[in-house]
Amino acid sequence: MDAKVRDAARRRAAWRDRTLLVGPAAGAIFILMVVPLTLMAWISIQTRDFAGGVVWNDYSGEAYLRFLFERNLDDSLSWNFNYLLIILRSFWLSFITTTTSLLVGFPMALYMATRPARWRAALVFLVTVPFWTNLLVRNYAWILLLRDHGSINSVLLWLGVIDQPLPLLHNNFAVSVGLTYSFLPFMVLPIYTSLEKLDLRLVEAAFDLYATRLKVLRHILLPAALPGIIAGCILVFVPCLGSYVTPELLGGGKTMMIGNLIGLQFGAARNWPFGAALGFALLALVLIAMTIYALRTQQNGNSR
Amino acid sequence: MSDIAQPAAKRRFRPLAGDPRHWPGVGFMAALFFGYVYLPIFILIALSFNKNELVTIWTGFSFDWYLKAVQNEAVLRAAWNSLLIATIASLCATALATLAAVRMARDRFAGQIAVNAMVALPLTVPEIVTAVSTLMFFSVVGITQGLTTVILAHTVFCIPFAYLPIRARLDGLDPKLAEAAGDLYANPRQAFRMITLPLMMPGIMSGAVLAFIISLDDFVTTFFVGGAGSTTLPVYIFGLIRVGVSPEVNAISSIMLMVSIALVSISLLLGRGHERSQR
Repeated sequence: MDAKVRDAARRRAAWRDRTLLVGPAAGAIFILMVVPLTLMAWISIQTRDFAGGVVWNDYSGEAYLRFLFERNLDDSLSWNFNYLLIILRSFWLSFITTTTSLLVGFPMALYMATRPARWRAALVFLVTVPFWTNLLVRNYAWILLLRDHGSINSVLLWLGVIDQPLPLLHNNFAVSVGLTYSFLPFMVLPIYTSLEKLDLRLVEAAFDLYATRLKVLRHILLPAALPGIIAGCILVFVPCLGSYVTPELLGGGKTMMIGNLIGLQFGAARNWPFGAALGFALLALVLIAMTIYALRTQQNGNSR
Repeated sequence: MSDIAQPAAKRRFRPLAGDPRHWPGVGFMAALFFGYVYLPIFILIALSFNKNELVTIWTGFSFDWYLKAVQNEAVLRAAWNSLLIATIASLCATALATLAAVRMARDRFAGQIAVNAMVALPLTVPEIVTAVSTLMFFSVVGITQGLTTVILAHTVFCIPFAYLPIRARLDGLDPKLAEAAGDLYANPRQAFRMITLPLMMPGIMSGAVLAFIISLDDFVTTFFVGGAGSTTLPVYIFGLIRVGVSPEVNAISSIMLMVSIALVSISLLLGRGHERSQR
C-alpha cells in the first residue's frame, strides 16, 4: 500500500516536472502556431468579406475554386490560369534553383571534404556566415549588381562586350539567382557532411585500379554523397517554394511566386479565404515533403 | 636523385593523378563559389563608402552616408525597435528553450515525438504561411497589431534556434557528472544548479545569440504581424528599397551585415569553445 502511494506521488512529480519544463515552450508554439495554422485552414472554407476578413459560418469552397476558375458577373465560372501559372512558376523556379545549387554546391562540398581537417572548420564557417546575415540585405545586394546601371552591366559596358545594358533584373533569371544565393549553404553543408565520412583511400584505390575520374565520380563519390544530396535538395526546394523576399525584390510585379500571391491577399487584394487556401495548400505540400523525407531517413537508419 | 625519381615512377603507374585533393576544376569551382557568395556583400559594403549619389560609379571615399543614416530620426527609431524586439524575444525564447531542453534530454516520455515535431514546426513551415496565419489569429482574437504581437511571434520562431544548440550541448554532456554529484550527497536541484547548468551555459549563450540574430534579421513576420509603431530596421529598409536604390540604404544595410557577421562569429566561437572544453 505504502509503495503504491509512493509510486503515485513519484508519477505525479514526474508529470509536474514535464509540464513545468516542456509545457511553456510547447504551449507557446501550440497557441501561436498550431492554433493559427488550424484557424487558417478553417478560414479557407469561409466566405470572403470584401472589407477584409471573413463572414463567419458561411461555408464556401469559393477560395479553392479560384485556383483554376474566375467568377463572372453573371455568377458563372470560367477558366482562369493566372494563379495556376504563378504556382507552376514557383515550382519551376524552385526546381531551377535546386539544380543550380546542386551543380554549384557539390564541387564546393567535395573541395571542403578533401581539405586537411584543420581547414575544414574555417571553410564551414565561411560557407555558413552569409546565411546568418539579413536575407533582405543579401537580396538588395543583387539589385545593386543586376540593375540596368548596376555593377555587372557597368563592367560589361566598360569592357565593350555589350552596348546596351542587359535586362537582368525583374525576371525569372534574377529570382533564381537570388534564391540560389539565399539557400546555397543548405545544399553544401549536408553534402559536405556525407562526403566527409568517405574514406579518401577508397578513391585512391579506385584510381590504382585504373578507374577514370568519371567512374570514380559515378561509383564512389555520388553514392557516398547521395544522402547529403537528397537532404540538400529538400532543404533548398522547400524554402524556395515558400519564399517571399527574393521574388518581391528581384522579381518585380511580373514574376510573382506563391508566397507573394499569399501576401497580396492580406494586403491590397483583401481576400483572406483565398490567401488562407493558398497558404494551406503550400503548408500541405511542405509538410508532405518533409514527412516523406523524415520517414525515409528513419527507414535508412533502421536498416543499418 | 632518387628523391626525384621516385615520384616520377609513381606517376607513371598512376596516369590519372589519383589524389582526390587535386581533382581538376574543384579548386576553381570553390573559388567561383566564394566569389558568388562574397562578391555581392563586398560590393554592397564598398558602395556604402562611395561619395557619389549615383551609387554604382566609384568617385571617392566618404563616410557621409553613415553619418546621414545615424542622424536620421526614423532610422534610429527603427533600430531601437529592432533591438528591443530582438532582446525580449531572444531572452524569452532562450528561457523556454532551456527549460524544454533540460527535460527533453533527460529521458523518454510519452508525447516526446509530438513535442519534437512542434519545436521543428517554425523551421519547417514557410515563413509567409506562419506570418499570415498569425496575422489572422491576432485579428480574430482581437489583439491590436503592434510591438506586442511582433514580440510574441518572434519569440515563437526563435525557440528552435535557441533550442537546438542547447540540446546539442546537453546531449554531449556526460551524465556521470550529475550522478557523481548525487553520490556526493547533492540533491537533484543542487546537482543541476552547480553541475549541469554551468556546463550547459555555452550552449545557452550560443542559442541566445542565434535567436537574437534571427529576430534582428527577420522581415516577413514583422512586416505582416506588425503595425504602426513596430517598424524595425528590415521593414524600414524594405520601404526604402521599394522606392529605389540609394546610398543611405547601402550604409544601413552594411551596418546590419556587419552586426550579423559579428554576432554569428561570437555564437560560433562560443560553440567551438565548448567543443574544446569537452575534450
